[in-house]
Amino acid sequence: MQPIVEIHDLSKSYRRGGQIVPVLSDIDLDIARGDFIGLMGPSGSGKSTLLNLIAGIDKPDSGILRVGGVDITVLSESQLADWRAEHVGFIFQFYNLIPVLTAFENAELPLLLTSLSTRERRQHVEAALNMVGLADRMEHYPSELSGGQQQRVAIARAIISDPTILVADEPTGDLDRVSAEEILTLMERLNDELGKTIIMVTHDPHAAQRAHSIKRLDKGVLQDGER
Amino acid sequence: MHLIKLIFRNALRHKLRTGLTMLGLVVAILSFGLLQTVVDAWYAGAEGAAPNRLITRNAVSLMVPLPVHYRDKIRSVDGVQAVAAANWFAGVYQDPKNFFPQFAVEPASEYRIPDAQFRAFTRDRKGALVGRKLAQTYGFRIGDMVPIKGTIFPGTWTFVVRGIYDGADAKTDTSQFFFHWDYLNETVKSRTPILANKIGIFIVQIADVDRAAEISEEIDALFKNSPAETLTETEKAFQIGFVKQTEAILIAVRLVSFLVIFIILAVMANTMAMTARERLGEYATLKALGFGGGFLAAMIFGESLAIALTGSLVGVVCTFPVAAWFAAQMGTLFPVFEVSRETVMLQSACAVAVGAAAALLPARRAIRVRIVDGLRAIG
Ligand SMILES: Nc1ncnc2c1ncn2[C@@H]1O[C@H](COP(=O)(O)OP(=O)(O)O)[C@@H](O)[C@H]1O
Ligand SMILES: [Mg+2]
Repeated sequence: MQPIVEIHDLSKSYRRGGQIVPVLSDIDLDIARGDFIGLMGPSGSGKSTLLNLIAGIDKPDSGILRVGGVDITVLSESQLADWRAEHVGFIFQFYNLIPVLTAFENAELPLLLTSLSTRERRQHVEAALNMVGLADRMEHYPSELSGGQQQRVAIARAIISDPTILVADEPTGDLDRVSAEEILTLMERLNDELGKTIIMVTHDPHAAQRAHSIKRLDKGVLQDGER
Repeated sequence: MHLIKLIFRNALRHKLRTGLTMLGLVVAILSFGLLQTVVDAWYAGAEGAAPNRLITRNAVSLMVPLPVHYRDKIRSVDGVQAVAAANWFAGVYQDPKNFFPQFAVEPASEYRIPDAQFRAFTRDRKGALVGRKLAQTYGFRIGDMVPIKGTIFPGTWTFVVRGIYDGADAKTDTSQFFFHWDYLNETVKSRTPILANKIGIFIVQIADVDRAAEISEEIDALFKNSPAETLTETEKAFQIGFVKQTEAILIAVRLVSFLVIFIILAVMANTMAMTARERLGEYATLKALGFGGGFLAAMIFGESLAIALTGSLVGVVCTFPVAAWFAAQMGTLFPVFEVSRETVMLQSACAVAVGAAAALLPARRAIRVRIVDGLRAIG
């Protein structure tokens, strides 16, 4: 079967004060549909940058990057936006919820870009919040929720439009041990029960344990993978 | 729907900041409205001028009178319906600070006044007609004796209030005091003969408004090369001529009124810039989820306009009572002090302009921010 993410010879550098700083060099990586991979490496090794490229919120300098068979490097800004809305679910370290929206409204956000009716949206949101165990907190604002609960709202938002891949950048980085375990268990379930492909950046070995396979980045170079 | 919900909840996120900005808007829009109304009040005489009326005066200056016998010659000009003489009396009632204009006129009523009062005025040589606003200011009632000390025409003159007139509309000046030109002239003949038979201005009623220019030229041609040449113009031009003398002040007032708007624009722009800077991470998140620049721009413009329009609405509503209070304090200095429809429209236009302009840079920034840079701002 064709991998869902195909990366070949991918390079990315940033320009900092007239100087070009290479961040990723000649990355080769295939991710199979339904996989759950952990991306590890020291701080500044380029983990987030690689994740951002896969998620279509940053552009590579050169190389091949196909997600779900689509070469996303050639898409325009607005084509990319539409593509992300359809295919990518985001889970951030700091949850990135909109503070003036309730749990329900935050989870509903991606559906506003679809043609679903109000009733259909409500059904989807209720199902997603149920799945993450927050059915009784739908009308709460982010400030009224714990960190773990906020991350669960964010996960509901990430899966609401049934995306092709889930990208998570340090999803447990801001959580206590117990909440982190809950979130990781939830992500495992998304992978097991819903068959979601998950790419998770982490530097926490505990978290990485939950992934099917681990890739290591060091100074922008992908090391040979092992379990 | 969701957009509107977001706009209003965002606007209320920093209640103190939004509240202070709105308070600034209220004060700015209110001040702007008052200053515009002052300028309007200055021009009110010209606005209320009748189009079918010409004013003939001495070409040298308003201060130099014309001989009374000009009247019959002017009346003979084709198209002239009636000619009335008027002198500015420049008298003082009790105290020089009690300023109101008095005119000696030949009766011809253009005001709303009961017939009986007008007849009583016509019958009484010493009778006077006073405007409603003037009567209210000094408590003049029908039958009251009003002593006025002359400045141009010496002595104390006592008039009897015979009528109180109302304006046809809000723009009519009802702060004037009229009495008989004949009484003035007869009295002056005995007291100071040198001032007798002299006219300040002739008020010329014409039949056809479109011939105003032509008739004016004809009148002035009659007295060409005489010792007292005339200058005839429409009443409106005549009034504007008055206002022109103080135009520098008016320009300054106008300038200040727009300066106030400019300052509130700076305040508002600062508020919106602070807001947008704090929410850069949220904008980046929304973009990552697939929302476009248009949605972000609508959110920011919507919030800015919501704040600007709410504050301005309160400002506009406050303008009316404050203007009324102001007018009461000013007495008869401004004969007409009304907040005009144009002023309210200008205030609204300023509100929209301030709201939109303040959102411009923040919206541009939100649209342009790269997602990865915006996301890095979180944490
Ligand atoms: N937008 C950017 N502009 C300039 N340099 C950047 C930018 N994003 C990341 N970098 C640099 O790229 C390198 C890798 O960053 P990142 O991918 O965030 O690392 P990690 O997530 O592994 O900690 C770092 O040296 C970082 O400073
Ligand atoms: Mg990182």
